[in-house]
Amino acid sequence: MTIGQPMLRTRQLAKTFTLHQQGGLTLRVFSGVDLAVHAGECLALAGRSGSGKSSLLRCLYGNYAATHGAVEVRHEGQWIDMTRADDRTVLYLRRRVIGHVSQFLRVVPRVAALDIVAEPLRLLGVASEDARRRAGDWLARLNLPARLWTLPPATFSGGEQQRVNVARGLVAGPPVLLLDEPTASLDAGNRVVVVDAIRAALAAGTAIVGIFHDNDVRRAVATRSLDIETFAASA
Amino acid sequence: MTEPLLVVDGAGKRYGTRWACRGVNFQLHSGEMLAVVGESGSGKTTLLRLLAARLPCDEGRVLYRMRAESAAESGTLTDIAALSAARLRWLARTDWGYVEQHAHDGLRLNVSGGANVGERLMALGVRHYGRLRGEALEWMRRVELDTARIDDLPATYSGGMQRRLQIARNLVTRPRLVLMDEPTTGLDVSVQARLLDLLRKLTEELHLAAIIVTHDLGVARLLAQRTIVMRDGRVVEAGLTDRVLDDPQHPYTQLLVSSVLQP
Repeated sequence: MTIGQPMLRTRQLAKTFTLHQQGGLTLRVFSGVDLAVHAGECLALAGRSGSGKSSLLRCLYGNYAATHGAVEVRHEGQWIDMTRADDRTVLYLRRRVIGHVSQFLRVVPRVAALDIVAEPLRLLGVASEDARRRAGDWLARLNLPARLWTLPPATFSGGEQQRVNVARGLVAGPPVLLLDEPTASLDAGNRVVVVDAIRAALAAGTAIVGIFHDNDVRRAVATRSLDIETFAASA
Repeated sequence: MTEPLLVVDGAGKRYGTRWACRGVNFQLHSGEMLAVVGESGSGKTTLLRLLAARLPCDEGRVLYRMRAESAAESGTLTDIAALSAARLRWLARTDWGYVEQHAHDGLRLNVSGGANVGERLMALGVRHYGRLRGEALEWMRRVELDTARIDDLPATYSGGMQRRLQIARNLVTRPRLVLMDEPTTGLDVSVQARLLDLLRKLTEELHLAAIIVTHDLGVARLLAQRTIVMRDGRVVEAGLTDRVLDDPQHPYTQLLVSSVLQP
């Protein structure tokens, strides 16, 4: 894999939760995180459970508000700080630049799996039929039986839902991809399929930051790792 | 990037010495859905009524981008307080939709379902019976109402059907801005899910700007890209919906989020 230009970076990123229901108790998760991820690179976040890996990933997506520091993504040759950008810009970046595969799928009930996967393409202006066809290609690639495509995923198994989620994250090919345990509920066969898809995205120049509990998966996809515990803020 | 359709600039409404809502600022573009959340009495519905010019602002302004005269130009952003009553009536009947919480406020209960859908078209000058009925049938289908019920009075409809009839009645004139007051409240869960799916599809297809007042944080999460949180007439927090719900900053938002089973 060839490493390209930097796509995502943080500067002195810190996250502290202030729990107003608990008398203003503060929980410092991490501070001083400086990272840079290049095209074609996969940075694995390491650290024990509860050390803040997911919190960091969520800060990179703007799902959690950074307490301090910057999260910058490169778009059309410019760095944009997501922590200072207005909501509309962050939504734009989420459509065009930065994708996120969360651990759990949260979608409107009653919507077919195929339409859930097609949505990121439709938001980019791809015609409905074309978007559905490409969504179907991804679901087929990830081994989701075709008889499930027109059903809403609420009744699917954990592993099936996860593959819908992965397909949704990869379908539009965002230049930056955040993966939170993308193989956690998969059997060995489907784990290989998802690993192959991640490796293909890397080969195509995607910059990836992920959390991978499974050692084999991490070895197969990660080019580097970052131990979040290094940045633990002393409470 | 596009220009905003609606600009709310320090809007407020006072009853006597008490401010029902105050200092509200946001902008809304076509294709966006904004959720307004907060408990009863927080000023959500008052805000909606200010936006629809049903109440005058006591401070601040509400600006709306009028339809362009020709396709080449973009419409001008106009203070709705400066518009004539006739102009406002025209906007309310055509370019704006308002889905009421209670069917008796949003529907005419003494005429058929089909006539409810046709009424706003008639206000636009459509008189041809065949066309009115055709549009009514088409919109009943789009909101998944049984077209065999077209001649029945809305009082014979279920709560979920009445809500969908209101949506059809509002959307038939192709409004650009739709305001919805608790559109899923009081409906069975299965009916709610269906309505959510429908609203999501219609706003996407028609590229609507929509504001949805709700106390259901789950509804906000699934429909709205952005959310504002109101308490005692003030906006205490605003931002991307997933950020507001997953990492609430204000003590009141934290209380709200921690009080529901699964926001």
